[in-house]
Amino acid sequence: MRILIVGGGTGGTIVANNLARRLAGEIRSRKVRITMLSASDQHMYQPGLLYVAFGQMMPDELYRKQKSLLEACIDFHVDPVEEFHLDQRNVKTVSGKTYGYDVLVIATGSRIVPKEIPGLAEGAETFYSEASAVKMFKALRAFEGGKIAIVVGVPHKCPIAPVELVFALDDYFKARGIRDRVQIKYHYPIGRIHTIENVAKWAKPAFERMGIECETLFNVKEVDVKNNVVMSEEGTGTSYDMLIAIPPHRGMEAIENNGLGQGGWIPTNRYQLTMEGYDDVYVLGDTTNLPVSKTGSAAHFQAEVVSENISSKIKIGAPVREYDGKVYCFIETGHDSATYAMFDYVNPPDLKEPNKPMHWFKTSYNKMYWASVRGLL
Amino acid sequence: MSELKTIDARNTFCPGPLMELITYMKQASVGDTLELLSTDEGSAGDVPEWINKVGHDLISNEKIDGVWHVKVRKAK
Repeated sequence: MRILIVGGGTGGTIVANNLARRLAGEIRSRKVRITMLSASDQHMYQPGLLYVAFGQMMPDELYRKQKSLLEACIDFHVDPVEEFHLDQRNVKTVSGKTYGYDVLVIATGSRIVPKEIPGLAEGAETFYSEASAVKMFKALRAFEGGKIAIVVGVPHKCPIAPVELVFALDDYFKARGIRDRVQIKYHYPIGRIHTIENVAKWAKPAFERMGIECETLFNVKEVDVKNNVVMSEEGTGTSYDMLIAIPPHRGMEAIENNGLGQGGWIPTNRYQLTMEGYDDVYVLGDTTNLPVSKTGSAAHFQAEVVSENISSKIKIGAPVREYDGKVYCFIETGHDSATYAMFDYVNPPDLKEPNKPMHWFKTSYNKMYWASVRGLL
Repeated sequence: MSELKTIDARNTFCPGPLMELITYMKQASVGDTLELLSTDEGSAGDVPEWINKVGHDLISNEKIDGVWHVKVRKAK
C-alpha cells in the first residue's frame, strides 16, 4: 500500500506523522509505505508572520527543517508535483520523476495573489510572507502619523488576521506614544466588520473604543499608487498615507493547471474529505473548496480525520470518522490579552472576554506548534 | 457560454455565505448565474444589499425548507 502525501505544510505533515504511528506495524512489515513530496525543505509557522510585522518575532524563529518534523520512516523528497494523473494513480514531479500511489493526500495549500488587484502589490504593505512582514515592520517603524487604511482581499487565509491587525496597530502606536497622530480606517468585504457574526458583534464596541473608522461592503478593486487612494468594486474610495492589505489568495498553480479545481480549490466532500469523484484521493487544509476557514487549525483537525480514516480503511476496510467542520482560532486583542473562536458546521463560536492567560497560551502555542505538527498534541 | 453554478454555503460560519459568493463571483464570467444556498438568516439581507451595491443582477431570493436560495447573475 503506497500512501503519497503531496504538500508539507501543517495538514500534510500531521497526516504523515499520524499515519506513521497508526500504521507502524504495517510499515515495519513493509505492507505500507508513506512518501511525502513538498516544494521546500523548510516548514514555516505562518501565524508568526503577524508578530514579525510588529517586531515581536524574528523571521528565523518561524522555520524548522521539514525533515526534522517527520517520523524517520517517512520517505521525504523536495520535489513539487507538476502533473496529477488521478485516473492512472500517479503524479509527475518537477524533476521528472513519476510516483505511483494507492492513496493520495493533497495538501498543497494556498498562495497570495496580490497582483490580481491592480496596484496592490506596489502600493500596500502586507504580512503574508517573510519579506513583506519585515518590510511592513520597517514601514510601521518609520511612520510618524497619518491615515492607515486596512483592506481585505477575498478569499484569504486566517480570517481572524484583519481583526488582530487592528488591535496590534492600536497597541503599537500607543507604545510609541503617537496613537493620537494615527487614524485607522478598516474596510471589510461584507456587511459587518467580520464574517463570523459573533466576532463582529464582539469586535464592534472594541473598535469604537479604539476610534477605528469602519467601512463595510468594500471589496478592493484597485489601488491608485500615485495618489494614494484605494478604490472598491462598490464604487467608493479611501485616501491613505499607509495601506495595509490582507491579499487575496488562490490555490496552488499545479492544482489549477491540472484542472483539479477552479481557483486552485479542489471540490471536496465536507465530511469524508475525499475529492469529489475519487475515493482514493483525500484533500485537506487550504486546498479544499469547503466553506471552512483557511487556517492551520482547520487543517489540523482535518488531518486527524484523514489519517484516522486512511488507517482504518487499511485495517478494517472502512472509514470511522467524519469531519465536523471544527475550527479553533486564537484572537490576539492587544494589551497582552487574547480570546478565541471555536466553532464547527453546526455550532457558532461563543466568544469570551479577552484575558491574559489566553494570550500566554497563544504565545506558548507559537512554540508548541512544533510539537503539534509532529502529531504529538 | 453562461452556466449555473451552485455554491453550497449551508451550515457554515466562516468564511460565511456572502464571502463564499464574492469568491465565486470573482471566478465567474460575465453572464454566469450563481445560486447561493445559505442557512444564515443574515444572508437574506446582506447578500442582496451587496449584489445591488456592486451592480450585479439579483434574479431570485427565496427560502425553501429553511434554506435561502439566492440566484445572481454576474453583470460586470
